[in-house]
Amino acid sequence: MNFKHKFVFLFPGLFVLIGILIFPIIFTIRLSLSGWNSYTPEMNFIGITNYIRLFTDDPRFWESFFRLSFLSVTTVILQYVIGFALAMMVWREIKFKRFFRVIFLVPMMTTPVIMTVIWRTFFHESLGPVNDLLGGLGVKPILWLSDPVIAKFTVIIVEVWQWTPFMFLLILAGLLSLPKEPFLAAAIDGASPFRKFVYVTFPLMAPISIGAIIIRLIEASKIMDTVFVLTSGGPGTATETSSFYIYIKGLREFQMGYAATLSFTYLVIMIISLTIIAKVLTKLMIKE
Amino acid sequence: MKTIKTCVTALISALLVFSPVAYADKWSDQFPHIKTTGDIPGDCSYESMSKKNYKGKTLKINTHAVPVMGEPTALHAEQFAKLTGAKVDVTHTPAGDLYAKAMVPFQAGQAPYDIVFGFSNFINDWRRYLEPVPKKYVEMKQMKDVTPSHIGVASWDGVMYQFPVDGDRHYLKYRKDVIDNPKYQKQYKEATGKELKVPTTWKEYGEMAAYFNGWDWDGDGEKEYGSAEVMKKDDLMYAAFYSRSAAYSKNPKTPGGFFFDLETMTPLINNPGFVEALTDWVAATKYVPPGGINFGLGDEIGSFGGGQTLFSFSWDDAFVAAMQPDSPINNKVGAAQLPGATKVWNRKTNSWDEGFNQAPFFVWGWAVGVAKKSKEHEMAFDYLCFFANEANHQADIGIGRFGVNPFRNDDFKVDVWTQIGWDKDIAQSYVDTLAKMEQSKNRVFPLRVPGTFEFNAALATAAAKALAGQLSPQAALDEAAKQWNDILNRVGKDNVRKAYAVGVAMEDNKQ
Repeated sequence: MNFKHKFVFLFPGLFVLIGILIFPIIFTIRLSLSGWNSYTPEMNFIGITNYIRLFTDDPRFWESFFRLSFLSVTTVILQYVIGFALAMMVWREIKFKRFFRVIFLVPMMTTPVIMTVIWRTFFHESLGPVNDLLGGLGVKPILWLSDPVIAKFTVIIVEVWQWTPFMFLLILAGLLSLPKEPFLAAAIDGASPFRKFVYVTFPLMAPISIGAIIIRLIEASKIMDTVFVLTSGGPGTATETSSFYIYIKGLREFQMGYAATLSFTYLVIMIISLTIIAKVLTKLMIKE
Repeated sequence: MKTIKTCVTALISALLVFSPVAYADKWSDQFPHIKTTGDIPGDCSYESMSKKNYKGKTLKINTHAVPVMGEPTALHAEQFAKLTGAKVDVTHTPAGDLYAKAMVPFQAGQAPYDIVFGFSNFINDWRRYLEPVPKKYVEMKQMKDVTPSHIGVASWDGVMYQFPVDGDRHYLKYRKDVIDNPKYQKQYKEATGKELKVPTTWKEYGEMAAYFNGWDWDGDGEKEYGSAEVMKKDDLMYAAFYSRSAAYSKNPKTPGGFFFDLETMTPLINNPGFVEALTDWVAATKYVPPGGINFGLGDEIGSFGGGQTLFSFSWDDAFVAAMQPDSPINNKVGAAQLPGATKVWNRKTNSWDEGFNQAPFFVWGWAVGVAKKSKEHEMAFDYLCFFANEANHQADIGIGRFGVNPFRNDDFKVDVWTQIGWDKDIAQSYVDTLAKMEQSKNRVFPLRVPGTFEFNAALATAAAKALAGQLSPQAALDEAAKQWNDILNRVGKDNVRKAYAVGVAMEDNKQ
């Protein structure tokens, strides 16, 4: 058998990979070494000037990165806890199980941008229904979108509402695929529901949990639409995330070269940090 | 006798048939948008456009989202298509993305759109990619009525690149039914010891807004607030800040730059005048409606136009929206010059000059051009000429949500506004306000330099941090000034100076 023939079958896949992954990365790296902007519309070469600027003179990027870390870790933890709880609920034999399974998935099926517009209307401080309801209960209007601290939690609420169903779906699929024998053994030993969860369900679910958390962390670290629609990064820069900041630099201020520098740096940081997180989670959750 | 009667009847019939009134009947039946005036004869009237044949051709337009400017673009596109047989594709884009959506294909040498809408301060970045407006349009009757300042806005070095469709400036809007109300005048005097009147300084504005904040002063069962302002970062808030700064920083005794010192190109935005304005603005966060710190332009228009606040300042739209027949405050509003200050910073003496100072901010407005690479130049300019013809323009300026505002001499006539239902004294205050701004010799014009976006974004971010309490006004503006210096170094001081000198000459009344 001619071994070289195998490569012929690999070419279409490789070609697509190069076209949609390798080329954009190489182009971004090259762009990051240029000063392309509105007044210098060319791919000139300015060396690592943009990288020096990023590491020595752009605290806003790093602030947005740490803010993103806070938002994504918080939202994913909440999504995991709530998603696990909901999945456990409908995993058991309860009434209207199928109805609940569908209902819990509804937020994920809606368009994020449209739902965020609706959330923004809900949370509108003077015209929205949330403050109206609270007012009826004698509570003063809450500055959902204009207080620097509360606005972060508003973003978290919307993100958790939108993406918990995804976590729910993955965990429910995992629960349904678990073997029955360990649970039977635990029942014979007289284990309480709590002990069953701690010593059987949770450890068996660990590989799926790690996968679900990592997938959601990757997605959450790209958070852009919610921030864009809900707060535009405000008040001030209180909810500005890395991707929103890169968008502003690239497509609002048209600093294409510098935005490419930010994008590539962000990509490298994300690859490194997500690899570390995956390793740590594996060590913590999977016991040999 | 019978012959004379027949002749007179024939003459009257002929006059009716060939007069503008006859066209008005003919075209306003088909196009109710112009029902008030009917078609008005001209080079780009409905009648003239109906004689063009663009069947089989497609015109592609990128404009703003509906309604502001997006709605009239789509409406006139539909009318233009019916009249000429052309197919017109209209794409709607959020304000913040208009620049990039045109700039990316411009720089790539492509023309996905024949016509691109944006803001007039894009002109310096866009002009190399735009087709200059042909002479035949520049010399048309409808163009001759455009005010000199708006011809200047649409042009660079004497060449017109943007077709005038809108004219904007910032001015004060107030609730006339409150400010002129003797009961509230007495109540305010008793509470503060001061007169309740149209504020002439920002301090007065703040005091009145604070007093009328958070209680139901119009008896509608809802709380009202002091002021609605554009405070949301990245939503033109930099323009609102310049309006508040002009009185404190535009000193007629120190020509040679408002944003920079033209000689040294030192940013002036962190001088005590700007700091005072930002300090006032931070205080304003206490008298805007809940959530007002996140108000963009649309929120501001809706808030003041919906009767939620006592004051507002920025573009015409909030005022025109308030004067719509279905507005709860129709004919209850007044217009006045932007407030001034009792002192103005003198950068030459490094001290305050005491005395009243006021400076109108000509914030420009919507602008539109034809892509140089477009293959449909004639059709594109015909569309723009039709968009801004007399009949469409008169109908458009009376609809607040359209965002089309006065830029023609005829717009400053009271009759134009009373015809659409405005009270005469309100119409008078409106046209007087606009006319006085045109006459002012202490005007501020916006930045139109390379990197305009970067400068404005840096300032907006800093101001937003101050409004959110993340930084003090001085620290925020120092941060902005540092960034302005960095941008200057990247763009090149001489490049910026050369372009900035054009605006400074206008501010210093040398053009």
